[in-house]
Amino acid sequence: MDQGFFLLFATVSVITALTLVLARNPVHSALALMACFLQISAIFVLLEAPLLAVIQIFVYVGAIMVLFVFVIMMIDVREAVLQRFLPGGNMAALVLLVLLGIEMVALVLWSGRFSLTQPVTVRGGDQVRQLSTTLFADYLLPFEVASVILLAALIGAIVLAQKEQR
Amino acid sequence: MVPLWWYILLGVALFVIGAAGVLLRRNILVVLMSLELLLNSVNINFIAFGRYYADFRGQIFAIFVIAITAAEVAVALGILVALVRNKSTLKVDDVTMMKG
Repeated sequence: MDQGFFLLFATVSVITALTLVLARNPVHSALALMACFLQISAIFVLLEAPLLAVIQIFVYVGAIMVLFVFVIMMIDVREAVLQRFLPGGNMAALVLLVLLGIEMVALVLWSGRFSLTQPVTVRGGDQVRQLSTTLFADYLLPFEVASVILLAALIGAIVLAQKEQR
Repeated sequence: MVPLWWYILLGVALFVIGAAGVLLRRNILVVLMSLELLLNSVNINFIAFGRYYADFRGQIFAIFVIAITAAEVAVALGILVALVRNKSTLKVDDVTMMKG
């Protein structure tokens, strides 16, 4: 049952990721990436991380992709649709990518460390409660630093995107 | 239960596809979206390991990755809007000069 759902979500996410890279129109890429994020959040549900699945949908699909679609709407992408897709001079990058993929797959399949089929220990109790206790007790300082980074990014984005006043 | 290496292989596949988008595409928007895909494939690994070794740190790191990604996208899209306003181009190859 789990395996069937995993295969379904994984297949759809890989297909939509390929659509993202191969689509000529940036709007199609953005929609494909949205579908891919939804599949990944379903995979998070399979991994028993419901909080992360909800955050994934809220932040990625709800905020980041809407931002992308907004920017696509603001700028003119008609020229991008017409431009040449894959320049020929990138064979080196393609070979490098294929080598990288083969290497990672070989390492994962050879190593016995990834052959776990069951979790080592079963967690009990309210998992979201435990997660938030860990986050706000042991990782409070990184959490605050992340909020400061978000504030800095907010100010930076506003300053960068506003029109220059002379 | 799904074996752990299935999740790792899914992460590998998404990572290679995202890296292909970053390296091969010339459109800045698609490059940025592929970067999102790269970060997400790493998140799958974090959460899978956290689940199979019963450790919450995987999920916590994934939360931080998502927060930093949101900041990165906001700044990157601000830079992109400024770039399009000043040079009206969307190709990566046209912005190789820093002060051009």
